[in-house]
Amino acid sequence: MSTTERTDARTDARTDARTDGRTGARAASRERASEESVLPRLPPREAPIRVYVYGISRDDGSLVPLAGAGGGVDGHDVRLVAEGGLVALVSAVPAEAFDEEPLRRRLERLPGLEELARAHHAVVDAAFARAPVLPLRLATVYTGEERVRGMLLAHRDAFTEMLTWLDGHVELGLKVFVDPAAASSAAHPSPEPAPEPTSPGREYLLRRRRQRRGTEDLWRAAEAVTAQVTRAVQDTVRAAVAHPAQQGELSAGRGVNVANHACLVPANTEARFRAEAEAAGSGVTGVRVEVTGPWAPYSFASPVAEGGEGGAPPR
Amino acid sequence: MNTPRVADGRPERRERGERLTESPLGPPVGPPVALIDLLDRLLTGGAVLTGDLVLSIADVDLVHINLRAVIRSVTADDPTPWARVVGPERREEDTA
Repeated sequence: MSTTERTDARTDARTDARTDGRTGARAASRERASEESVLPRLPPREAPIRVYVYGISRDDGSLVPLAGAGGGVDGHDVRLVAEGGLVALVSAVPAEAFDEEPLRRRLERLPGLEELARAHHAVVDAAFARAPVLPLRLATVYTGEERVRGMLLAHRDAFTEMLTWLDGHVELGLKVFVDPAAASSAAHPSPEPAPEPTSPGREYLLRRRRQRRGTEDLWRAAEAVTAQVTRAVQDTVRAAVAHPAQQGELSAGRGVNVANHACLVPANTEARFRAEAEAAGSGVTGVRVEVTGPWAPYSFASPVAEGGEGGAPPR
Repeated sequence: MNTPRVADGRPERRERGERLTESPLGPPVGPPVALIDLLDRLLTGGAVLTGDLVLSIADVDLVHINLRAVIRSVTADDPTPWARVVGPERREEDTA
């Protein structure tokens, strides 16, 4: 937006004021408003554009219904960029929001991060419902469509091979939780009858000891359940990775996460996976097994991250 | 922010068929996924390409609201019970 345009607008407003009192008053108030705002009100004519990429699929027409649907990041349309037998799911986005600095600022705030993550997921998920898709890491941005085409061509063989490998599979999350509160209140009565306390202090110490023993049992039980569930589903699993156990505010209220795995499973054995996991995980009070998904194969879209991730219980 | 929040963090359970919707992209069907499960996948999963704007999530300073603690606080050299991921060969040079 140029200074010239703003100057012109003000000139017009003054002209209006001279010719017609009422229009002039409106124009004057518009003028004040525009002087108060730091940025020009009109959108720039050619805002620089970036290309946000959600994922990659085959160019076989399956994803055509997604094009132009909106629903991308910040409500931008989803578009398909096709090259070399592949399509990239993209949105054209304003550079002022998706260049490195603004994007970084956005990712540093949880609401901004969540908004982007959910929009990214919505597109990947909609595509995954229709075709094999290779999801890209959050916040992959190119400077233009040509760069996206170049990326598709440069990695064509690997992408094609990955898509073939992932075809017909879903990712399932497999999580094991320990809930000491549930266990101590319900199924962990003291193993032997409590001796008559001789003092309130001694009673307290006895109680603490029983609690501690109960908690240790529970962690052992959780390890056993994790191993059991892992064995139970092994036959249905084509590949698996262990994400770090979930901790922190976002995981609050669900017990302590001791295993957080992602499993690549043929879609037609998903039901069996769930049944096996639930059967192997049931029956231990205070230990809970959860299956999440089906997810697009996020955890299997690239080789395991260097520095391997683990899912062992936190200490 | 008008994306749905998951108040209690419960993960979603939905059947595969439910994902299909009438409209092209469609409103989300079923309960939204738990943010933490999504972030597990979007911050550490997904193919990593060198976009023109290289913004590795690892480089993003997620400290302003102690975001790393919100998301997870585990560092990861724990052994995994699973074998390393098996995938097609020759992926390294392309998607690493």
